[in-house]
Amino acid sequence: MSAVQTAAPPLALRTRRLAVRFRPTRFVLNVILGLIALFWLVPTLSLLVISLRPASSFGVTGWWTVFTAPTQLTLHNYQSLFSTGFASGGILDSAITTALITVPATVLVTVLASLAAYSLVFGRWRGRTAVFLVIVALLVVPVQVALIPVAQLYNAFGHVSGFNPFGTLPGVIIFHVAFGLPFGIFLMRNFYTGIPKDLLEAGRIDGAGEWTLFRRVVLPLGLPAAASLAIFQFIWVWNDLLVGLVFLGGNQHHTLTIYLYGFTRTLANNYWVIATGGIISILIPLAIFFSFQRYFVRGVLAGAVK
Amino acid sequence: MSRVVLKDLTKRYAGGNLAVDRLNLEVGDGEFVCLVGPSGCGKTTALRMIAGLEDISGGQVMIGDKVVNLLPPRDRDIALVFQSYALYPHMSVFDNMAFGLKLRKTPKPEIESAVREAARILDLERYLDRKPGQLSGGQRQRVALGRAIVREPAVFLMDEPLSNLDAKLRVQTRAEIAALQLRLGVTTVYVTHDQVEAMTLGHRVAVLREGRLQQCDTPRRLYEHPCNVFVAGFVGSPAMNLDRLPFDGTAARAGEVGIPLPGAAAAAARQAGLSEVVLGLRPESLSLELDGGGDGATRLSGAVHLVEDTGADAWVHVDAPGGSSALRLVALADARRLPAVGDRIVLAVRVAEAHVFDPATGERLGD
Repeated sequence: MSAVQTAAPPLALRTRRLAVRFRPTRFVLNVILGLIALFWLVPTLSLLVISLRPASSFGVTGWWTVFTAPTQLTLHNYQSLFSTGFASGGILDSAITTALITVPATVLVTVLASLAAYSLVFGRWRGRTAVFLVIVALLVVPVQVALIPVAQLYNAFGHVSGFNPFGTLPGVIIFHVAFGLPFGIFLMRNFYTGIPKDLLEAGRIDGAGEWTLFRRVVLPLGLPAAASLAIFQFIWVWNDLLVGLVFLGGNQHHTLTIYLYGFTRTLANNYWVIATGGIISILIPLAIFFSFQRYFVRGVLAGAVK
Repeated sequence: MSRVVLKDLTKRYAGGNLAVDRLNLEVGDGEFVCLVGPSGCGKTTALRMIAGLEDISGGQVMIGDKVVNLLPPRDRDIALVFQSYALYPHMSVFDNMAFGLKLRKTPKPEIESAVREAARILDLERYLDRKPGQLSGGQRQRVALGRAIVREPAVFLMDEPLSNLDAKLRVQTRAEIAALQLRLGVTTVYVTHDQVEAMTLGHRVAVLREGRLQQCDTPRRLYEHPCNVFVAGFVGSPAMNLDRLPFDGTAARAGEVGIPLPGAAAAAARQAGLSEVVLGLRPESLSLELDGGGDGATRLSGAVHLVEDTGADAWVHVDAPGGSSALRLVALADARRLPAVGDRIVLAVRVAEAHVFDPATGERLGD
């Protein structure tokens, strides 16, 4: 009985807790932050609403009328887009093509950047800093500058090997990996420098070789950085239009961004396609973000040293 | 279990900087040897060369009867306890301790029993599922020790394992390490900058300075027969009083008073033709004569400059007339009868306990 009685905190304590939660300054701050977040969300929200309104209502009534007349909402636009099924050039085909480019490009960049960063931080070879500086310098190369040289390189490679990556998925993937690596290595290297060297030495004494150290010690500790890198890279590649446009030219399969871009020439009639397709193309990166978010653990290194 | 032999072990850094200079040391099977010295004396570098974490510039490291210079750390059959503990933060206490055994493909039941046994010895059984981040400093330190002992290595290497603990825990853990080593009987090389730690733990203590071995001896021998001024000043707390005084052929002159030197030391000083010597007197070799004694002992009179009362003992700093400048001597006093600052007192010198050094070379004179 006594246990039950003591389980409820005394009234004074409870009111004190409420008082802390409703401190006026914090409340005002939260309201302001909430308003800013809402403001930021308005374009995306309007896109979502437009995609759910009949195509005919576009330009006739504003999307905000949905708040007064919610009955106008319909899934018709989505049904129309999906009605083409997996036919090449359709939205599903484009989504699959985009995924076929984005997933390998993300995995490769994350893995290769982690390996390179391990070597740059924990390896014992001359010129590590110089190599790193060159990689950082590569960060400033704009994509546009590289398009033509890389296309020529692909063609030359095609002449020599018989396989011309230009216009193929591997060609686009290689381009994305090459352009994602400098930033990836930069990010991973900076994170790895925070891992105490003692940990690796302890591992070496415990009997670990370089591969084991990488896989069992450094990689798990670098997960937060690897997760951020994966998210960045995924979103960049997923949202890329330019590289796909140039390097997939002539390919019957194309990316979601190219698919959507195709409708902008007849914007007024196809506004619903862009809104609906836009929402569909947002969903995947959003899912990726939320599934990787749990790796953003603060203080992963707590307790390692001292 | 095996011995560790260092032969002319040398570490020269790229800039030509000598961190360890021809270090010769033999650590016997089951022996506990402390490497001690001020920071930058090369003690940690020497330990890291034994561990295989640092390239060897010259000389040899032998573990057992094998030269291990070119072997990677994992093939040296050693365990190292780091100053920082270096626990894997993403692994549980159990996995931290089991990691080395897992990599050696030890069968699971054996790993389980080895880790449980180590956890029992170190009182860590309740924490096996926790991550290092959830442990206190003392517990982390014990996990680091546990990681070393589960592997049952031939040699333990410890790099200032107590320096991150608070004073009380340090004394407690020090005793635990001594007991653990005694029980396991594993050859141990222990690095510390704390001479008290070295003296209490080591069967023998090796004093290093600027990469060179000064003296390696039992703690008692090191205390009673320091081989040079550096060791004399480094070992003991408070430090030995070391003063340069004129030498008249038999005694060191402190103002009017002649302090007769031990016979062998005086003979050595005469033979070397010295006109000055460095006289070393431990605080306990000086006693306060508050009432003024009567026998024929050598006495120095002076004024009390400072009194440090530690409870059981007290250290009395006394200004006495010296050679060219005044002597500042620290004497051990009975805390029950303490003089006040400014008092004029008489110090009786136990001249038989005096240490005498050559002022030029710093080497010990006499036996």
